[in-house]
Amino acid sequence: MTVEKKEMKKKEVEIEKGIDRISSAMVFTPAVDIIEHTNDIVLIADMPGVDEKSVDLTLEKNLLTIHGHVEIETSDKFKLLISEYGLGDYERTFKLSDEIDRDKIHASVKDGVLKLVLPKAEKAKAKKIPVTGQA
Amino acid sequence: MTNTYLKRYLDPWEELSHINRAFNFRASECRREYPAVNVWLNGDTTLVTAEVPGVKREDLDIAVSGDTVTLKGRRPKEELSDIDTYHRHELREGTFSKSIKLPFNIDADNVNAVYKKGVLSVFLPRLESEKPRNIKINS
Repeated sequence: MTVEKKEMKKKEVEIEKGIDRISSAMVFTPAVDIIEHTNDIVLIADMPGVDEKSVDLTLEKNLLTIHGHVEIETSDKFKLLISEYGLGDYERTFKLSDEIDRDKIHASVKDGVLKLVLPKAEKAKAKKIPVTGQA
Repeated sequence: MTNTYLKRYLDPWEELSHINRAFNFRASECRREYPAVNVWLNGDTTLVTAEVPGVKREDLDIAVSGDTVTLKGRRPKEELSDIDTYHRHELREGTFSKSIKLPFNIDADNVNAVYKKGVLSVFLPRLESEKPRNIKINS
């Protein structure tokens, strides 16, 4: 096992105090990587069971919420004997800073992984100042 | 631990009254073995599903030997330049290997695997010669 030891159990979404869920379905917080590049910030979220049709992104003010719906396909014929992971949807909300250009956010899903590219607005990009030697 | 419990669980004469105990104990025991799997049963076919997001189909490897199925795979690291920085790093990368022992020998020729949306499903039928047979009683 060379895989890094990270918390493996899926984390259930924490519910705000005073709010109750009506549905009994489980909702998990997807694990994410957030990487800052020079021109953009990339967010990668593990959402196994989700494809491009079952993921929803909503941007409200500066809150970006990702939601992924998981269809449970096998449960009809097959009886679940052992369960190491739970089945349910994914949801997580991120607060965007002002440096993100909201109109140019790009999303893609592959192999159960959501990838969001959040480009930095022009003014937020670090400018490189050339230094010239004295002539 | 997975193996002992799966074996016991699938054996209908043993542990039948301890279903919940087996479930709970096993779940806490195997939490850290990646990837997490669910095991399903339909007649003589066992279905093992594993969540392996970010792994490409060609990087998955399934091997069946006797009564054991081994799932192997690799998830590549994100390529970062020197000035790129992680703000969050919760995802796991690298290689993994996990073996699951079933209580019967697997019909390796008829194993069927499907990989979609980051979920691997491996259908493992029981070897024909091991299926229970009806015995005629002669008078």
